[in-house]
Amino acid sequence: MTVTEVRPPAAAPARRRVRPHALKAQLLPMLISAFFIVPIVFVFYWMVSMSFQTQVEISASPPTFWSAQPTTEWYSQLMRRMPFVQYTWNSLVVGVSATAIGLAIGLPAAYAIARWRLSGLSTLFLITRITPAISFLIPWYIIAKRLNLGDSLVIITLLHITITLPLIIWIMIGFFEALPTDLEQAATVDGCTAWQSFALIAVPLVKPGIVAAVILAFIQSWNNFLFAAVLGGPGSQTLPVTVYGMLSFEQANWGPLAAAATLVCLPVIVGTIFFQRQLVEGLTAGAMKG
Amino acid sequence: MTTSPLPGTPVRRPRRRPTAPLLFVLPALLLTVIVIAFPLGYTLYQSMTNWVITSPNPPKFIGLANYAELLRDQRALQSLTRTLLITVCSVSLQMVLGVAMALVMNKHFFGRGLFRTLALFPVVATPVAISLIFVTMMNPQTGVLNHFLTSLGLNAQQWIYAEKSVLPALILVDTWQWTPFVMLIALAGLATLPNEPYEAAMIDGANPWQTFWAITLPMLMPSLFVALLFRAIDTLKLFDTIYAMTQGGPGTASETINLYLYTLSFNYFRMGYASSMVIALLVLVLGITLLLIRARKLAEDRS
Repeated sequence: MTVTEVRPPAAAPARRRVRPHALKAQLLPMLISAFFIVPIVFVFYWMVSMSFQTQVEISASPPTFWSAQPTTEWYSQLMRRMPFVQYTWNSLVVGVSATAIGLAIGLPAAYAIARWRLSGLSTLFLITRITPAISFLIPWYIIAKRLNLGDSLVIITLLHITITLPLIIWIMIGFFEALPTDLEQAATVDGCTAWQSFALIAVPLVKPGIVAAVILAFIQSWNNFLFAAVLGGPGSQTLPVTVYGMLSFEQANWGPLAAAATLVCLPVIVGTIFFQRQLVEGLTAGAMKG
Repeated sequence: MTTSPLPGTPVRRPRRRPTAPLLFVLPALLLTVIVIAFPLGYTLYQSMTNWVITSPNPPKFIGLANYAELLRDQRALQSLTRTLLITVCSVSLQMVLGVAMALVMNKHFFGRGLFRTLALFPVVATPVAISLIFVTMMNPQTGVLNHFLTSLGLNAQQWIYAEKSVLPALILVDTWQWTPFVMLIALAGLATLPNEPYEAAMIDGANPWQTFWAITLPMLMPSLFVALLFRAIDTLKLFDTIYAMTQGGPGTASETINLYLYTLSFNYFRMGYASSMVIALLVLVLGITLLLIRARKLAEDRS
């Protein structure tokens, strides 16, 4: 093995071309990658596959890897036995509202932090990101009880903003900082207010960042379990709580569990396939600012 | 500012008045105060009362008694130890595997794009759903993991159903879910590395292993530190996975500080005592974060 082969190609990705003898050089990384990827894919395969297996196949030993008679029974059970569509709708409403509000107030905040270098405030929002959710969940549980606000999507949405807001601010600070200030300065000379140069010049230029932040914020809200588990009721249950309910509902109720798990993961997985680039941008930008 | 400008000269106001930044951040600040800071202040007060929701007696101010109890609480100490153990093990595993994964995925090979997309799935998938699928896979009798172990000639495991294997099982799930995140950050770091040191190393005849230790790893450190920081924070806070998979059991074998806190507040309804633990946990997580950030500063200054 020569040194050339192991040099990280990232150093010059564009210039590196697959060489004539590259087949061998390709095979090894492909195999090692497969070693990492197979366990990842297998869990998802198992989830989906189990959701289509019959009760006999699910509890069979040795386990069934491929259903002989795939059934959609578990999916129709989900729809029949509980207001599954309602719970999906709840998740959607909470996710969209928390993301929209997070964006509406997070975007100007991120802009101000980046432009006027308000590092104290950026630390404050980092602390928000660090604070364990359960520490403000307990007081909110008490407040909700006192105000008779139990079982309401409003309080759950409010708490979900604690997930979306710091995330959006952290991702967007990076994007705003990377923006050259010339245009905004020129606009100020022409009499633009700070708000105008933010809304009319900066925001349109960071659209890719906004897309990344929005996708990530929504996914985080969609996946969150704790807030709705504690504060939600029959009318305000979100999907992750529903999935969890499948386990304690009856013993080994694995068919409906697998079906519900598949349905809650489906939107984020499909979203990942479509918005892969933005998602990676958001994840790395959000992390790099730390 | 008393002299008026000559007629015709455009008046240049100071570029931006200092009120502008405040107006931009005010809504976010206000919301953060209302949703997080104010409740935390309230918690600080609660932590000095003996309030139990189910108790008919009104809460009494008891000063620092809850904190004194916390220091003597063996269950709290054990749950803290478990939290730190899970964090250290999970994060180190994820760092090593994530960097290895990134080094491989950084090469050009057929199917790399597809592999990278698939690697993202665990990072975005709903933790509760994934955890419960792992519960079915870890079933000692019918679970597919034991099927794999026994067909390889290895011993079947009790996984989350035995006290001694429950923590490793949870670490396994957390590592499965978050190694790709470390990979992602490491890949982003690798993409920014300069070419020259590698050329120099090549001329010097360094082998791949030497090149990795002498060049790639040191240059990757800043990105890796970020990944480490985020993983450490999130693992200290880890809740969904453990709650969904074991609820802290069997017994209290997998009860982390978050889980104990949850039990105290929502099963025992000891809000006053739980509040003192919230404050302690917050101080701990912030302390560890600041410590990590300080460690990075020191490392940077030294190099």
